[in-house]
Amino acid sequence: MEDLSQLNTFEQLFYYFKENGLYVLELFFTHFYISVYGVLLAAIIGIPIGIFIAKNMKLAGFIITLANIIQTIPALALMAMIMLVLGLGKSTVIATVFLYSLLPIIKNTYTGITTINKSLTDAGRGMGMTRRQILYMIELPLSLSIIITGIRIALVIAIGITAIGAFIGAGGLGDIIIRGTNATDGTAIILAGAIPTALMAVIVDIGLGWLERRFDPAKRQERLNKASISNAGVE
Amino acid sequence: MLSIQNLTKTYRGNKKAVDNLSIDIEQGEFIVFIGTSGSGKTTALRMINRMIEPTSGKIMMDGMDLSKMNPVQLRRQIGYVIQQIGLMPHMTIRENITLVPKLLKWDKQEKDKVAERLIGLVNLPTSYLDMYPAQLSGGQQQRIGVIRALAANQDIILMDEPFGALDPITRDTLQDLMKDLQVRLGKTVIFVTHDMDEAIKLADRICIMHEGKVVQFDTPDNILANPANDFVRDFIGSHRLIQNKPSVKIVDEVMIQPISITIEKSLDDALRLMVSKRVDTLFVTDADKRLIGYLNVDSFTGPQRTQQSINEVLQREVIYVKTGTKLQDSVRRILKRNLQNIPIVDNDHKLIGLITRANIVDTIYDTIWGDEEENKNALLVTREENVQ
Repeated sequence: MEDLSQLNTFEQLFYYFKENGLYVLELFFTHFYISVYGVLLAAIIGIPIGIFIAKNMKLAGFIITLANIIQTIPALALMAMIMLVLGLGKSTVIATVFLYSLLPIIKNTYTGITTINKSLTDAGRGMGMTRRQILYMIELPLSLSIIITGIRIALVIAIGITAIGAFIGAGGLGDIIIRGTNATDGTAIILAGAIPTALMAVIVDIGLGWLERRFDPAKRQERLNKASISNAGVE
Repeated sequence: MLSIQNLTKTYRGNKKAVDNLSIDIEQGEFIVFIGTSGSGKTTALRMINRMIEPTSGKIMMDGMDLSKMNPVQLRRQIGYVIQQIGLMPHMTIRENITLVPKLLKWDKQEKDKVAERLIGLVNLPTSYLDMYPAQLSGGQQQRIGVIRALAANQDIILMDEPFGALDPITRDTLQDLMKDLQVRLGKTVIFVTHDMDEAIKLADRICIMHEGKVVQFDTPDNILANPANDFVRDFIGSHRLIQNKPSVKIVDEVMIQPISITIEKSLDDALRLMVSKRVDTLFVTDADKRLIGYLNVDSFTGPQRTQQSINEVLQREVIYVKTGTKLQDSVRRILKRNLQNIPIVDNDHKLIGLITRANIVDTIYDTIWGDEEENKNALLVTREENVQ
């Protein structure tokens, strides 16, 4: 009997995707956009803040503690508080995602810039670069991969938070999950929402991870060295 | 060209890093600041390109007060080389060399031309231009560091212990290269080090600093001959003072006539010449007697055996000394590099003489048992020093 019920769940799942494929796809993209908007907003605000506190170290402790405190509030509670101001709907979820994304983005930007070898910025200044040129030609290119890591962490967290956002009517794959929990024997429906959510998180993680490695100067050197070794082997 | 007047830098706690420094530097001079750590030499250097602002005093460059100039524009006119090299890891060698030209908004063609010309000056192939710094060795990276400081035709180059982190042989090569470039291009170099050998070898004038003050500012010879006080004497070290007794000779006095051949001749001619003159090294010159390279036994054996022209088998990396060099310097170099001999060139790079291990022995024999009986003991000490 148990085997049969297992089989039934998968059959049901398959049936659900077949019947509601376009609906699931639509929710998938709604879900994705909510997460991306929140993170994008956090990047637009957080990267400059990260740069600013890297140049003004005294403020760094204060700002990072503040972002840490936000992170400790449970997502549902934070969403409820923001809901009091922004009401039901997508904007509340985007605002929550934004607040949650600030910490990893600010912290990684700050770490990326402060861990650059001092001798590089010293050489840049000594050659007559302005502060802006040092930022754009040395600091940002060299910390880009660490900043992308921050965005990647933020986006994966954001996808999880957006799933909860269905409770306040934002839409997204959370809708399907909630419907499944409300239905009798709704395992298949829960899975129909959960599997695409997990898939999205994995794809984002892999995609941004690849981007991060591309911009990592240390990794690029390894690649070049490998290339030159294999060339030498051919000769 | 550069006049430093009463320059003082006071840090918090009233600690004077540089105390009332006043020196004048001429165009084309190689000035070395030397001192123990904390003597203020790096602080003094960094005030010249305003990386550090002086507390009081001023620096005049060609009659202009540096403090009135825009620091960013000023730094683009002054080359800057640091011990950590500081090549940008995300830029190719070409982009690294032409960083200052890029800041000055030169067009691409000009930048490429400069990069190709400069990389030739430090004996690296142009194929390196499209590599990244991490693919080069430390010595090669610092060569790029040096030419990066020349890329925008800077007249003044500041060097902050540039060769301090390199191994002794690479350091020696780069010192020779730097001195040669400085003389050839007529640059004014201000160089910070704590290595007395390096200072004596490179400097036209040495500025010895201690606790922010100048203890002595003079040519290496004068400093060795008349150390200003006990501090300088200790700093120089007794072994160097012995070396500098008046009995030292220059290479021109003891060199022999080298056997050379011009480059367009055939390998057979070269071999016949070597056999008839009974030499193991044959120097190759162009028609104007300029030194190009040398041939030795290796040139005629191994894979080169099938080659026909001198041009193909020639060793182009020759270590040479200039005319007027002290004999002890070339002896030191022969021993350090484990060479059999060292050619001597004049200022036009023409081959004029040769020092071999054999005629060094002759010289030592002459000085010990020759007519200079009274100097015998002192010289014996000198030679032993060199052998070590």
